[in-house]
Amino acid sequence: MASADKKTDGLLSPERRKALETTLRGIAGVGVAGALIATYERSAEAMPTQALRPPGALADERAFLSACVRCGLCVRACPWNTLKLADLGDHVATGTPYYVARKVPCEMCEDIPCVKACPTGALDHALVDINKAKMGTAVLVDEENCLNFLGLRCDVCYRDCPVIDKALTLEMESNPRTHKHAIFRPTVHAKDCTGCGKCEKSCVLEEAAIKVLPLRVARGELGHHYRLGWEEYQKNQGPLIKDVIDLPDRAPNDVTPPSGVPDAPPIIDPTKLGKGWKP
Amino acid sequence: MTAVSPTPRLNREARLAAQEKLPERSFLARNKFLFLRRLSQAGVFALFLTGPLFGVKIAEGTIASSMTLKVLPLTDPLMLLQMLAARHWPEGLALLGAAIVAIFYALVSGRAYCSWVCPINPVTDLAFWLREKLGFQAKGWQPKPETRFWVLAMVLVVSGVTGTIAWELVNPITHAFRVVVFGATASLTFVVAVFLFDLLVARRGWCSHLCPVGAFYGLLGSGALVKVSTHHRAACDHCMDCYAVCPEPHVISPALEGAKKGNSPIISSADCTTCGRCIDVCDRGVFRFTHRFDASETTTVPTVRSNCSGETP
Repeated sequence: MASADKKTDGLLSPERRKALETTLRGIAGVGVAGALIATYERSAEAMPTQALRPPGALADERAFLSACVRCGLCVRACPWNTLKLADLGDHVATGTPYYVARKVPCEMCEDIPCVKACPTGALDHALVDINKAKMGTAVLVDEENCLNFLGLRCDVCYRDCPVIDKALTLEMESNPRTHKHAIFRPTVHAKDCTGCGKCEKSCVLEEAAIKVLPLRVARGELGHHYRLGWEEYQKNQGPLIKDVIDLPDRAPNDVTPPSGVPDAPPIIDPTKLGKGWKP
Repeated sequence: MTAVSPTPRLNREARLAAQEKLPERSFLARNKFLFLRRLSQAGVFALFLTGPLFGVKIAEGTIASSMTLKVLPLTDPLMLLQMLAARHWPEGLALLGAAIVAIFYALVSGRAYCSWVCPINPVTDLAFWLREKLGFQAKGWQPKPETRFWVLAMVLVVSGVTGTIAWELVNPITHAFRVVVFGATASLTFVVAVFLFDLLVARRGWCSHLCPVGAFYGLLGSGALVKVSTHHRAACDHCMDCYAVCPEPHVISPALEGAKKGNSPIISSADCTTCGRCIDVCDRGVFRFTHRFDASETTTVPTVRSNCSGETP
């Protein structure tokens, strides 16, 4: 040590000073490394929207990364080679499982082998019905190029949907281009959509017009204090607030205001708009 | 106490040149445990590769967590600790797997993980071998061996702070595993980084100074049974071959040079990786594998330098 250290400054002997220096150096170096890893981790939480987690994956990405040990047992359990372990540069936290629906969608095995194989519960073992999986939700992202929206009868996404007529329906409306043909609008019902990605995979376009997006991207969320008046009215068998003056509803002549429900949206008479269509 | 005798180092070639009567030991005998270790390390990979390559599933998963023959779950206990630090309570399978692994290494030898299982060991051994071949003199940056415990603490703190198993983003061990078993070629970056670090920046830098996984297994195995003993330390001629080849040379001297102080001949430090390389290289048969309670030693000093099997020239 330097000669200055030979002089005890009253608090620290040279040995203790040296030990303290070494310790501080260790803490500083390791601390910087730790901060870098933590920062890297934060950026690794951001995933591209086409990367989907396996069925049952803990919904919060951070919760998922607290549980996933990147062992790849789910990848090995997948009989369809849907799942892939993220490599460096995949922009998904390294070593974690994901799939890209447009490449290989989830085939929704009834026994969910990937979830069963997960040793840590990063894929939640509470998921036993694959129809309850929420890997994402399909969104018809490009109405301008969807063949059905153009008035053609492609229907491929609809036909390929494992939860057909629940998660994906065709809604008929008039084709404003011809005024005499129909448009069968593929419509996703997120409540029943598992996000498997069969629709995105089967879309016949060069670039799919229907895509599965992670729920964080695809879904909005009501304010937690929001109450839907008509639902509350049903539950309460009457208005929640007593003695509200129910002013008369104003509506066009051909719509009938629903009776007894204050401020409910007017119901359009279906007989005047053509019959509902079922495939 | 001076740990090392002032006798100048004589390597095997020098001693042979000096016409010392050393026993003829075959190449195989001089590398027995090295070969066994490489076999063990390759065997670990082989168990995981038979499935993808030949359709015969033996072990599945990676070194982080695996399932063997659909009955034996194994999980890295350090991974479990990080998970707990990140505040996730795992399924029973991971708990059971981590318990099995922890008990095994705690009983057998903690750092046997490093020398017999870890896929990074051949990488850093190769870097060390190349250093020697290229005649690198400078040791480079040599952080204190205790640094790895700080790194271990950091790994757990980062898990706690980020709420994720963040260390797994950079852990070269699991990266190496995914390179081989899952074909994650880009992950090779971290493996190459460790190799270059050990080759160019710090001699024995990663495994012997920084790796938190090795630090963890060292702590785990501090009461382990399998130990190397300098049972015939009386025959030591201070050639220093064992020090030169040992990845953790500080573990040797308390036992090897400790006869006068009344130290046990057992190499008791938990830093010892029980790689057996010292047994391989010692021409005098000083070292052997034994258990921690076997303090027996051979005190007969050969008057004429001979081999340990008693052959006299």
